[in-house]
Amino acid sequence: MSQVAENTGVRRTGSAGDGLRLVSLTKEFANFTAVKSIDLHVPTGSFFALLGPSGCGKTTTLRMVAGLETPTSGQILLGDKDITFEKPYRRPVNTVFQNYALFPHLDIYENVAFGLRRRKAGNVDSEVKEMLELVELTSQARKKPAQLSGGQQQRVALARALINQPEVLLLDEPLGALDLKLRRAMQIEIKRIQTEVGLTFVHVTHDQEEAMTMADTIAVMNQGVIEQMGAPADLYENPKTTFVANFLGQSNLIEGTVKGRDGDFVKVDMHGTLASIPLSRSHTTDGGSDGLGWVGIRPEKVLIADVGEDIDAPGNSIPGGIVTDVSFVGVSTQYLVRMPWGQEMQVFEQNTGRRRIFNTGESVDLSWRPEYAFLLDHSQDADAGVDVVAAP
Amino acid sequence: MKLTTATPVAKAERTGWTGYILMVPGVIWLLLFFVIPFYSLVATSLYDPNGSTYAGYQMTWAFGNYPDALAKYWQPLVRSLVYGGVATFICLLLGYVLAYSIAFKAGRWKNLMLVLVIAPFFTSFLVRTLSWKLLLRDDGFFVNFLQFLHILGPDGRLLATPVAVVAGLVYNFLPFMVLPLFASIDKIDHRLIEAASDLYASPIRGFFKVTWPLSLPGVVSGTLLTFIPAAGDYINAQLLGSPQQRMVGNVIQNLFTDANDYPAAAALSMMLMLLILVMVLFYVRRSGTEDLL
Repeated sequence: MSQVAENTGVRRTGSAGDGLRLVSLTKEFANFTAVKSIDLHVPTGSFFALLGPSGCGKTTTLRMVAGLETPTSGQILLGDKDITFEKPYRRPVNTVFQNYALFPHLDIYENVAFGLRRRKAGNVDSEVKEMLELVELTSQARKKPAQLSGGQQQRVALARALINQPEVLLLDEPLGALDLKLRRAMQIEIKRIQTEVGLTFVHVTHDQEEAMTMADTIAVMNQGVIEQMGAPADLYENPKTTFVANFLGQSNLIEGTVKGRDGDFVKVDMHGTLASIPLSRSHTTDGGSDGLGWVGIRPEKVLIADVGEDIDAPGNSIPGGIVTDVSFVGVSTQYLVRMPWGQEMQVFEQNTGRRRIFNTGESVDLSWRPEYAFLLDHSQDADAGVDVVAAP
Repeated sequence: MKLTTATPVAKAERTGWTGYILMVPGVIWLLLFFVIPFYSLVATSLYDPNGSTYAGYQMTWAFGNYPDALAKYWQPLVRSLVYGGVATFICLLLGYVLAYSIAFKAGRWKNLMLVLVIAPFFTSFLVRTLSWKLLLRDDGFFVNFLQFLHILGPDGRLLATPVAVVAGLVYNFLPFMVLPLFASIDKIDHRLIEAASDLYASPIRGFFKVTWPLSLPGVVSGTLLTFIPAAGDYINAQLLGSPQQRMVGNVIQNLFTDANDYPAAAALSMMLMLLILVMVLFYVRRSGTEDLL
């Protein structure tokens, strides 16, 4: 499974010899294969996220790019240069490590100056000062890393890597150790810095929200392969696999019998209700050997209404739902609705105030606009990526 | 380091006197077996050197014992510091490589190798040094081999030379160097070395900029644990050396046990101790590891 990154959302795109390119990159360890022949292209200047659950091979991929792990096979190209077996200290690539890995015996200034000094660069002083200013740590320059807070240490790690103006900056779960509020602030901060310096960032994370907030392009990794790659909105709106549908946000996946193509739509019989899925969002058109498919719809796209009420959606509504759970979360209300075939569907509705909130036990109809549904191959596990614990 | 110690300190303050009670047994022990004997040593070093057949030795504030002892025995004193220093330096070179390999390269053999480092302690210090005497003996394997290689002349020997004494010191005190070094190096986070390499430091530069400074606490405690006993040692000089390799320990032992010149022996002991103390303070200050220790 391999695709080339789509250019949607990428500010600068380049020719074949541009940016970072992985060619059928594979890493085998003694008893398992961490990365299975992945291909990807990160254009210069883009913010690229490798998203996946722990153990999916994203960190191994990053470490191979940094030179800290030797690939079993495949190639890593930076521009026109093959850096597959280049020593880490000779690669124009720098890393922001997961636990920052700041040098405890050096102060902040010397930590940031480390890379410049090793390369015997001129005007170290002015560059370090400029960088400390960018990350707002000028006043902390002479402190030791242990005297700083987690968020400050994170900024030092970023400054220490950025100051070298690497062709590619690698971020290995850089925000994993921070609390939620600080993490949100740093996401915006890192994105701002990336826009300001215009370098290529490759960000490894298990946090789908983080990936969607920050990246131009996301590659979703699972069990050593790239499941899907594209702009955040494309991945979210049109997932190609059940894993992506479940890992990136939440999805209702409903079993249906694929009736075949009809113009620009694929018709699916969904427990007695006929649904039309746009061809561009159908990742199976015949249902394979068993003629079945998964109809997917995001919870916030599902409309909920009283029985017989006119719903703002063309096509059929699905009758016979019973509300089994209501959670009021402020901006929205989240319902669980048991369908006649026994499945519980998730429905998120915005609390606009125009519509009433339903109660547990009420009978309701559900519907959605056909252009929001997607159709997936039935041979995939409907629960893939659901309960993947997002541990760092 | 400061952040991690903050919490225990706060706790100790809250519980107040528990800490002092826990110190009592140790304080009593030190009072009985360190302060009192130490006082006795200081007093002895100031006895009237001639004594009297009638009243025995008496404390007469005879400070003259010090310059007298120094004038007579300055050579073994200096020799002790030199032998101790050279042995410590060789221990550091050998020990660092060994500790580094055990910490970073030994993998699952780590514990076994550590046991092997300590294994010599299971036999007596004396027996081990005596066996070196056999190894280095004239016409023994080593001497013959070195003569064969023309490193030693036909009449060259190892026993009763400074080489033998220093080699014995290195052998006997190497574990004191390896263990603190290992403890320090083993603690170093591997990711820091990766980070150095990521930031353009070649393996050698990475070692001197990251690994070495972070292992300094081990280097300092290892060199102290080696140098202090090595400079005061007399077994190696006695068994492997000749009177020309006499160290201050031999002199003190001889003065106490054979010559019965207690004041001179005590004055020499005091001077050795003060010298080492001053050198250690200077060394720790210079290495800038006070806060790491």
